[in-house]
Amino acid sequence: MSTSFQPDERGFYGPFGGAYIPEMLIPNIENLKENYLRIMNSESFRKDFKTLLEDYAGRPSPLYHADRLSDHYGCNIWLKREDLNHTGSHKVNNTIGQILLANEMGKKRIIAETGAGQHGVATATVCALMGLECVVYMGETDIERQAPNVARMKMLGADVRPAISGSRTLKDATNEALRDWIANPLDTFYLIGSVVGPHPYPDMVARLQSVISGEIQWQMRNKTGNSNPDYVVACVGGGSNAAGSFYHFLDEPEVQLIGAEAAGEGLTSGKTAASIAMGETGVIHGSMTNLMQTDDGQITEPYSISAGLDYPGIGPLHAWLAKSGRAKYLAVTDQEALDAALQLTQKEGIIPALESAHALAALNQLDLKSGENVVVTVSGRGDKDMKTYMERLKLT
Amino acid sequence: MEKLQSLLQHKKDLLSVYFTAGFPHIDSTVKVLKSLEKAGVDFVEIGMPYSDPLADGPVIQNSSTIALQNGMTLKKLFDQLADIQGEVSIPIILMGYLNPVLKFGPEQFVEECQKNNVSGLILPDLPYETYVEEFQELFTSNELSNIFLITPQTPEERIKKLDSASTSFIYMVSSAAVTGARDGLSTQQIEYFERVNAMELNTPRMVGFGISNHETYKNVCQYAHGAIVGSAFIKHLEQSGDDEEGIIQFIETLKTGKSTK
Ligand SMILES: Cc1ncc(COP(=O)(O)O)c(C=O)c1O
Repeated sequence: MSTSFQPDERGFYGPFGGAYIPEMLIPNIENLKENYLRIMNSESFRKDFKTLLEDYAGRPSPLYHADRLSDHYGCNIWLKREDLNHTGSHKVNNTIGQILLANEMGKKRIIAETGAGQHGVATATVCALMGLECVVYMGETDIERQAPNVARMKMLGADVRPAISGSRTLKDATNEALRDWIANPLDTFYLIGSVVGPHPYPDMVARLQSVISGEIQWQMRNKTGNSNPDYVVACVGGGSNAAGSFYHFLDEPEVQLIGAEAAGEGLTSGKTAASIAMGETGVIHGSMTNLMQTDDGQITEPYSISAGLDYPGIGPLHAWLAKSGRAKYLAVTDQEALDAALQLTQKEGIIPALESAHALAALNQLDLKSGENVVVTVSGRGDKDMKTYMERLKLT
Repeated sequence: MEKLQSLLQHKKDLLSVYFTAGFPHIDSTVKVLKSLEKAGVDFVEIGMPYSDPLADGPVIQNSSTIALQNGMTLKKLFDQLADIQGEVSIPIILMGYLNPVLKFGPEQFVEECQKNNVSGLILPDLPYETYVEEFQELFTSNELSNIFLITPQTPEERIKKLDSASTSFIYMVSSAAVTGARDGLSTQQIEYFERVNAMELNTPRMVGFGISNHETYKNVCQYAHGAIVGSAFIKHLEQSGDDEEGIIQFIETLKTGKSTK
C-alpha cells in the first residue's frame, strides 16, 4: 500500500504517466531521470531547499483556522495559506527546488511555460536570485488577462514570449516551451510548472510541492492533536498544489482527498476545463492521462475564467487517483468560484486567487459534519485577478 | 513495406517529400500525392494533422491548423487513399502524433494502413521503449515499418538499438530543432553525419528537418541514402497552391538546381 501512489520505474501511475516524447527530448529527459532523485536526496540539496523555503519564500505557510467560514459551514475550516508565500502562490516551492536542480546539473538557461503567470513569476524570481537567463512562454490570451504578472516577469528580467498557436493559453505555451527545449538541448533546463509533462516531471514536482502536506501534518497535530484532517481540498489545473496538499495523506485512507476542477461555464456548455469529468485517456505533453479531446483525438481548447486552471489535461497522478477512487474531483463553475472568492474576502479578509476560489467553492458540494476538520489549500492570492474581479463583481 | 525496402536498397540520392493531408484544401491530398509521383519523387510522407504538433515548426503547424479547419480527419484520409487504390505506386508513409491514432484505435488504424498500401509510420511521440512493448508486434505483423528518429544528441548505444529495431530507414534529424526550412549545413552537422556513417548501421538513413533547396539536398545525399523535404514544400503549397505544374517545377528545381521555366 505504501508505494501504490508512487510512479513505477518508467513513470507510470497505473496506466497513466510515462514519457511519450520525441527522440529529440530523450537525452534531456534521461539525464533528468538519472539525476533528480540523487540530487533531491542529497544533503546539500535538502539543506539549500529548506533554507530558501524558510528564509526566502517565508515557509512554513500558516495553517489558519477560519472562524467565520467555519461557522458558516458548521465544521472546522483550516486554510493552508500558500497565498502568503513570496511571489503569491505555491508555485515558488517548485521553482526553488527545480532551480537548485538546474544549478546542480550545470544548466545556464531556464525556460518555462505559464498560464496565470504565477509560475512564470516564480520562475523569473528564482532566475533573478541565481543570475540565470530566463525565457517564459505565455499564451497571448493569458498575456492580456494577466497583465500585472507579465510586467512582474519583465521587471525580473525574463524574456516573455507570446504563444500564438491554438487557443493561445497554457497548453500552447507548453508546446512552445517543449519546442524551445528541442532546439536547445544542451544548455537549457525546462522548469515545468505543474505535475504534468513526461516522467520524471510529475513525480519531481509532486515531491517538491509535498512540503505543503508535510507541514499540514505537523500543523494539524499541533493544533488538534491529530495529524490527519477529515478532508484536504485543493484546486486542480495541472494539479501541483493539489498533489502537494495530498502527498503525505495518499496512504492515509481516512483522509478524504478532494480536487476542484474548473467547469468553466458548465460541464456541458462546451466552455470548460474539467479534464477529469469531461476528458478521456490520451497523450498530452508527453504524458498518458485524462484529457479533453474530440472524437478524432484532437485536443480541445479549454476554457476557464481562471487562467491557471485553463488546461485540457491533468497530471497523471490525478488521473490515477480519480480512476482508483483514492481522490474525488468536483467541478466548479466560473460563477461558483467568483461567489466563493467574494465570500472568503468578506468573511475572512483574504482575497484568493481565482484558481484557489475553485477549491473554496467545492466546500458547498461536500456533506460536512460538525467537528470535522477540513483543510483547504489557498494556492494563491488574488492580486493578479483584480481586473476580472472588478469586471465580474462590478467593483468599479 | 517491401516496396520501400527495395527502393532504399537499390536507389541512391532518394528524394522524399512531406505534405500535410487536407492542405491547402481538403481534397488536395490526392492531387498533391499524384503530382509528386509524376514529378519523380521516390516516396512521400503524408502528415496526419494534429492540434498540438510539438515536434513541428510554424510552417507545418500552420498547415495542420488549416487542414483541421478544412475538416481533415484520419477517417477522411483513409477514404481519400482508398479512392485512389492502384493509381499511385510510390511508397506512402504516414507521419503524425500518437493521440489521434490511439483514439482511432491502434488495431483499426493499422488495418486501414494495410488496406491502403501504407508502408510505414513516423510517430515522433511514440518512443522506442513504448513501441517495442506495445506496438511492435501489431505493426510488423501488418507489414508496417516504424521509422525512428535520431538526432545529433542521440547516444551511439541508443542509435544501435534503434538500428536493430528498424525495418526500412532511420530518419536522421539534421540538427537539434523542430521542423523548418534552413539554409546550408554547418560543420557540426557534417561531423554528425560522418560520425553516424562511421557506425556502419544496417539500416539506410534519410536526412530530414531543414532540407530546403537543391544545395542542401545534394549535400546531405553525400552522407545518407537521401533527403526528406517538408517545410519548404509546404511553403510552396502555401504560396502557389496545389497546382500540378507548379509542384513538378518545384521538385525539378530541387533535384537539378535549375528551373525549367
Ligand atoms: C494560484 C494558483 N493556483 C493553482 C494553479 C493551478 O496549478 P496547479 O494545479 O498545478 O496547482 C495556478 C496556476 O497558475 C495558480 O496560479
